[in-house]
Amino acid sequence: MSRPVVEVTGLTVRYAGATALDGVDLAVGEGELVALIGANGAGKSTLVKALSGLLRPHAGTITVRGRLAQVPEGREMFGDLTVDDNLRLGGWRNPEGRRGRDTSPIYELLPELSDLRRRRAGSLSGGQQQMVAIGRALMARPDILVVDELSLGLAPLVVTTLVGHLRTLNTERGLAVLLIEQNARLALDMCERAYVLETGRIALHGAAKDLARDPQVTAAYLGGHVEAGGGLEAGGHVEVGGGQEAGGRLEAGGHASGGHVEAAT
Amino acid sequence: MSDLLGYIVTGLGIGAGFALVASGLVAIYRVTRVVNFAQGAFAVLAAMLTASLLGSGVPHGVAELGGVALGAITGLLVGVVAIGRPGTSPGTSLIVTLGLGVLAYAIEILIWGDQPRSYPGVPGVAEVGGARLQAHYLLIVAVTGPVFAVMAWFFARTDLGKALSACASNRYAAQVVGIDVRRMGLLAFAIGGALGGLAGVLTTPVQQVTFDSDVALIVNGFAAAVLGGLTRPGVALAGGLLLGVAQTLVAGYGGGAYQVEVALVLMLTVMIVQAARTGPVAETAR
Repeated sequence: MSRPVVEVTGLTVRYAGATALDGVDLAVGEGELVALIGANGAGKSTLVKALSGLLRPHAGTITVRGRLAQVPEGREMFGDLTVDDNLRLGGWRNPEGRRGRDTSPIYELLPELSDLRRRRAGSLSGGQQQMVAIGRALMARPDILVVDELSLGLAPLVVTTLVGHLRTLNTERGLAVLLIEQNARLALDMCERAYVLETGRIALHGAAKDLARDPQVTAAYLGGHVEAGGGLEAGGHVEVGGGQEAGGRLEAGGHASGGHVEAAT
Repeated sequence: MSDLLGYIVTGLGIGAGFALVASGLVAIYRVTRVVNFAQGAFAVLAAMLTASLLGSGVPHGVAELGGVALGAITGLLVGVVAIGRPGTSPGTSLIVTLGLGVLAYAIEILIWGDQPRSYPGVPGVAEVGGARLQAHYLLIVAVTGPVFAVMAWFFARTDLGKALSACASNRYAAQVVGIDVRRMGLLAFAIGGALGGLAGVLTTPVQQVTFDSDVALIVNGFAAAVLGGLTRPGVALAGGLLLGVAQTLVAGYGGGAYQVEVALVLMLTVMIVQAARTGPVAETAR
């Protein structure tokens, strides 16, 4: 791993006595694509909030070298404001001040947004909103983008476009991405390294390729037994990610326990 | 006929005061979700200070600006107490503002006594289309119009205004992009204080101010603001003007004693209709 942009050590967060994160260690290097997968309630959202400084950890350290911007779960648009104003506000903390709030570079990076700039963000489709959320985060000129649930509720084709954009930003601008995803297939396909979060702890981590073949991971998150690993290569195409997940879930019914099935939804 | 026109222009002048109070309520509510019951106190304090300043020889214009500035500062202070502590719920903050409004009575009586105060505004009588009315009403309308225009420009065109609107639109997202929502809330309280102060300063020459003038202002201002679900300044303006005109007409053709009842009936009607249609006010605001 290259020099880390984000380094988390021993991160512990408690809500009213309940431990949401318990000694999490995680790092993302410069220009690296890293996935964090885990079931509902594993602590993914808590980790995102802690990384963005919206939540004070009970113990542990978070070191961010450079700037971190978040694409929040559920897109979180400023629904009453225009797309352009949404983007502009993304540059609120940009150190360049007024000049840093110029939105034109975003329309070059994400040309789909150009025609939407005067539209109310609340009136857009989910995919369009997700693109606005990414653009808004990019306005902060981040070194690392924390994307919380990229694919949730979006059509597979839309997800493909979004992943394409993230990959381009990664290769052309050296943008690091920490992708928090329920769709493990998508996350492991897109990223180089991955962490598996289970009930507040990092259960596994390693190269995404290896994790995709790991029997534990396949059973719990990829909705199938090891044979599915072979299928993954073929099914690794992002456009089938969403559909695959649903199909995999049915298939998993026989093999995985109830908890595992839940993890795949 | 000329009576009617006179009532309408007078009503617009009175309504402009309500609209200013209402827009102050809206400015604060949109950003903080707090219904600020100390809003009327901003007007009273500003008017009292202006009266004192004018009485001690400070020229017109400067004295009024001093009053508005006191409104803004008071707004900020109320904001600090009401929302300064992280995690205070809007309901708790509402009660705090109510308490501060009562505290303001004590302070006003301590400093200025309990007698009504007033000061001269624009002197003389103006004629509008054959109707004769106090010229000061025209000043109220002439100031309120541009103030609303500037507010509209501020919220729609400036980055700071957009950041305030962003807090109103999606508080969580505002935090995500790094906007300090608490500081924005305090700014909203200061703006609300200035608007309330302006209402008091403008209307005192035609309506004396006493320590408890805030009740009529808050009732009418709230009635106007609630028309737009407490979130739409344009509707609050229209509502304020409508209330002012309705009350003047009631006073002119009926009896002056029923003025506040007009506002109460309107407010209750709107709230009942809204509640029946979409649930509580807080819900419609989202």
